[in-house]
Amino acid sequence: MSTTERIIPDRLRSPLEQRLKSWETLLLLVAIGIFIANSLASPYFLNAWNLSDATFNFTEKAMIAFAMALLIISGEIDLSVASIIALASTAMGAAVQMGVGTPGLVMIGLGVGLLCGAFNGVLVTRLGLPSIVVTIGTMSLFRGISYIVLGDQAFRGYPASFSWFGQGYVWWVISFEFVLFAIIAVIYAVLLHKTNFGRAVYAIGNNATGAMFSGIRVQRVKFILFLLTGLMSGVAAICLTARLGSTRPSIATGWELEIVTMVVLGGVSILGGSGTIVGVVIAAFVMGLVTFGLGLLNVPGIVMSIVIGALLIGVIALPRLWSMWRAR
Amino acid sequence: MLKRLITSREALLVGAIVLLLALISSRFPGFITPANLANVFNDTSPLILLAIGQMIVILTKCIDLSVAANLALTGMVVSMVNVAAPGLPIIVILVIAIGLGTLLGMINGVLVWKLAIPPIVVTLGTMTIFRGIIFVISDGKWVNSHEMSPAFKAFPRTELLGLPVLGWIAILAVIVFTIVMTRTTLGRAFYAAGGNPHAATYAGINVGKTQFWAFTISGALAGLTGYLWVSRFAVSYVDIAGGFELDVVAACVIGGVSIMGGIGTVAGALLGALFLGIIKNALPVVDISPFWQLAISGGAIIVAVALNAQANREKGRIILKRAEQAS
Repeated sequence: MSTTERIIPDRLRSPLEQRLKSWETLLLLVAIGIFIANSLASPYFLNAWNLSDATFNFTEKAMIAFAMALLIISGEIDLSVASIIALASTAMGAAVQMGVGTPGLVMIGLGVGLLCGAFNGVLVTRLGLPSIVVTIGTMSLFRGISYIVLGDQAFRGYPASFSWFGQGYVWWVISFEFVLFAIIAVIYAVLLHKTNFGRAVYAIGNNATGAMFSGIRVQRVKFILFLLTGLMSGVAAICLTARLGSTRPSIATGWELEIVTMVVLGGVSILGGSGTIVGVVIAAFVMGLVTFGLGLLNVPGIVMSIVIGALLIGVIALPRLWSMWRAR
Repeated sequence: MLKRLITSREALLVGAIVLLLALISSRFPGFITPANLANVFNDTSPLILLAIGQMIVILTKCIDLSVAANLALTGMVVSMVNVAAPGLPIIVILVIAIGLGTLLGMINGVLVWKLAIPPIVVTLGTMTIFRGIIFVISDGKWVNSHEMSPAFKAFPRTELLGLPVLGWIAILAVIVFTIVMTRTTLGRAFYAAGGNPHAATYAGINVGKTQFWAFTISGALAGLTGYLWVSRFAVSYVDIAGGFELDVVAACVIGGVSIMGGIGTVAGALLGALFLGIIKNALPVVDISPFWQLAISGGAIIVAVALNAQANREKGRIILKRAEQAS
């Protein structure tokens, strides 16, 4: 891996120019482009209910992506998020069989998420293990526990009041999940961009040793980030389980990759140290619009994955190719 | 010297494997008959082949998550070639498999080398792209046993001295790559590029290019395994070996390969793969549901990486062990 050189410019670019040339602006243009292309390609696209359905493609993943963005900015990663969903969903399913009501289910979902996040966090921050290996391990472990509990069975029979978290609408076509997504986005944007904690996250990602010498409790901040990622996985597990109405151990398979893709597409550097929540929000819309638009055109899901994979590599490769070409 | 040998990671792992076998055989003596052990080894061979390639990639501070998708894509291509031209000799099939696998590995390698994109991003992307391409070229259909030619299916199963060809290929790969890693400039470069990239650059090693070769080797082994896999199981479809990349990384981590780069041996990768392979084959014997396997390999990864970290903490990284001993 080559080390990136940081050049300090003589004169800062004007705020407006900086904003126009930012990754987020580019991404927003892409999102608008995809939106227009979709509405031209399919007559069913511009329909309030269809668009509302489309949001379900990304709301649950995006909730986790916000926490993941902070984690990646701090220089760590969590690949076990989809497995946490599976484990939390399994725990809720088991609780339903014992007759636990909706408030209890929510507590269990959040609790399992927090516990899993704490487990990852302890392994990474206390034992000093690399997060990528730890979470590849817990990715197998958490989902493995779901398989042990469920085997080839499924849990069903969630109460109607619980289903509202995944299927309910707050007002007209605005779903509960979409509102939750918007609230969480605002919370994370404030947390990352307006608080000391957020500054600490950037500082750790850019220079963990420097951050430590500036009085930031690096390990504690990282531990909290793992907790938050676990918690958001628990929230997503509640929404997804309520939406599907059943739990299988294979629930949310492969989501960790889509979530990481969403974060990287949103302009967060995979090497840590930079990125914004606005970028992740736009990236969530881009991915949701692409999958939904292709779905309307009857493109199979696996072919969409080619597009997602190419998007992931392309968005990182293109700026680098561009600067290589300009340097010539 | 003797103390070093006994406390080495490989020796510990051999001890763990012997203990595991002893535990199983105390209840089920049939498990450690030579015929069954050969069977277990043969069954673990694909994992061994991929783990060797992955070990080299991890040595250079990278990771290759696309190996299983590479395997599946190559497997699908060779089985479709076989259906289209059943008369094609096996050697041609092998050349196609290794060639295509190498090419796919090179794509990863170029993106990491020339564009300096983080390896995890590159291989996450190519992993999904390769799987998608399988769907596109096969139209989501399966290539089944009856469509494959008998020679195509027979090759990895032909027994020589009680062990099928598949197992012999794994042994051959272990020998070849042990020599490459310990006796060639390229092998040394892999250790140097991962152990200390800056020092390696000043020593005249092109780190990016070394990483490119690591991905190329990993791809070539994945391609070879692709053919062996589809012919052994006599079926090819989009999802074969789904999630297998994690088993491969697990085998490496259990085998003492440091994810930070620079530390690891072919023997370690072999033993890590065998450890997982024995567990996988023993579960049905000791009557534990196969659904336990995922959780057990996840737990094994965490325990192994925790032990590795403890072991490496005091020692630090040593590139030239001999030189240090001599001084």
